[in-house]
Amino acid sequence: MSATIVGGYFSSHVPGIGGAIARGDQREAYWKPFFDGYPPVQRWLADARPDVAVVFYNDHGLNFFLDALPTFAVGAAAEYPNEDEGWGLPVYKTFAGDPGLSWHIIEELVGSDFDVTMCQRMKVDHALSIPFELAYPDADAWPVKIVPIAINTVQYPLPSPRRCHALGQAVHRALQNWQDDTRVVVVGSGGLSHQLDGARAGFVNADYDRFCLDHLAADPQALLRHSAEEVAAIAGTQGVEILNWIAARGALGDAPLCEVTRNYHIPISNTAAATLVLASA
Amino acid sequence: MTNPENLALRRGIAGTVLFDGELASRGLALNTMCFSFNEAANRAAFLADEDGYCRQYGLTAEQRAAVARRDVPAMLEVGGNVYYLAKLAGIFGLNVQDLGALQTGMSVAEFKQYLLDQAADAGIGRGTDGVSSPIMGVAA
Repeated sequence: MSATIVGGYFSSHVPGIGGAIARGDQREAYWKPFFDGYPPVQRWLADARPDVAVVFYNDHGLNFFLDALPTFAVGAAAEYPNEDEGWGLPVYKTFAGDPGLSWHIIEELVGSDFDVTMCQRMKVDHALSIPFELAYPDADAWPVKIVPIAINTVQYPLPSPRRCHALGQAVHRALQNWQDDTRVVVVGSGGLSHQLDGARAGFVNADYDRFCLDHLAADPQALLRHSAEEVAAIAGTQGVEILNWIAARGALGDAPLCEVTRNYHIPISNTAAATLVLASA
Repeated sequence: MTNPENLALRRGIAGTVLFDGELASRGLALNTMCFSFNEAANRAAFLADEDGYCRQYGLTAEQRAAVARRDVPAMLEVGGNVYYLAKLAGIFGLNVQDLGALQTGMSVAEFKQYLLDQAADAGIGRGTDGVSSPIMGVAA
């Protein structure tokens, strides 16, 4: 048997998006060009009906701290709560996990020499929650279970784009060997170009972002020729969150993909924001 | 080993210092304190006695002074990481755009305009979005 990979959903995750949702600002002039990118995502997901989302994201100091920071961490919990991230904002809905699939993915990853951290208790922050708030805006409970995979994008040395892509490819092999035909959507959270810290704060790079959007589906190798440090130089210190997109792309496998929808907008807060769906052909 | 070109970039990008082991070591106490602000009771305790709270977490005199002055570039210099400093900034009522202004010397309005100017340069809002443009802004 094999899981059915319905496709990939990629989204930015700026905390301010959660604030805009809470205030009902989706149609305000500042926010509308960004939120307009999501009805096509919502329609695609309603049609694709995934059961599980395998989510590549980066934690911002909710579950992990810099004292013991895994390069790659895979959740194997029955549930994943959000909590106060320091700003006293409304807490996001808890996700249900799929421990069986999580452990299967962990077995494949460690068997492929990715020595990941295994997390039976794991809180998930805005970076994981916001893409689902955008994709399922009216849900009382999340319609998908998750397997969260956290990548270190904060404390150098970071894993390279090439290594993150290979991690995703190993996840793809695990999905191909899964015991049933569970419908899986792969999610890449974060980016695109932005920089929060330093005298260059506010820097974005639309040329690089469009390069990524143009090449992710058909030529992901083009994104692998940079080191993480080079990505930071090109796309800003937090632009390295593209590592989550690159890993997610690896998990989609080598079969052809078709672009269902794409949106790109500057700025959301300090960030060049992007939305992309690649469906399995 | 990390290759020398990548190591050089850690300190070689204009207006940017990449957060690596050197900074993480220097900033551990400061970032540990900021991590504690995930709990509302700790935010209240900090507000009740800022310097006492900083001392409790073992911040150096330099780190305590940077916090007292709300000096974000100095906080980065003493090892603060922006994800964690954002939690401290929230206590002061500052968001990441306020932080951007404080680090660039712009007013908040100027900083927001800087983002809008980059959007205009990129053709955002002029119906050119989605046009393929595979040109790197920085040679790598």
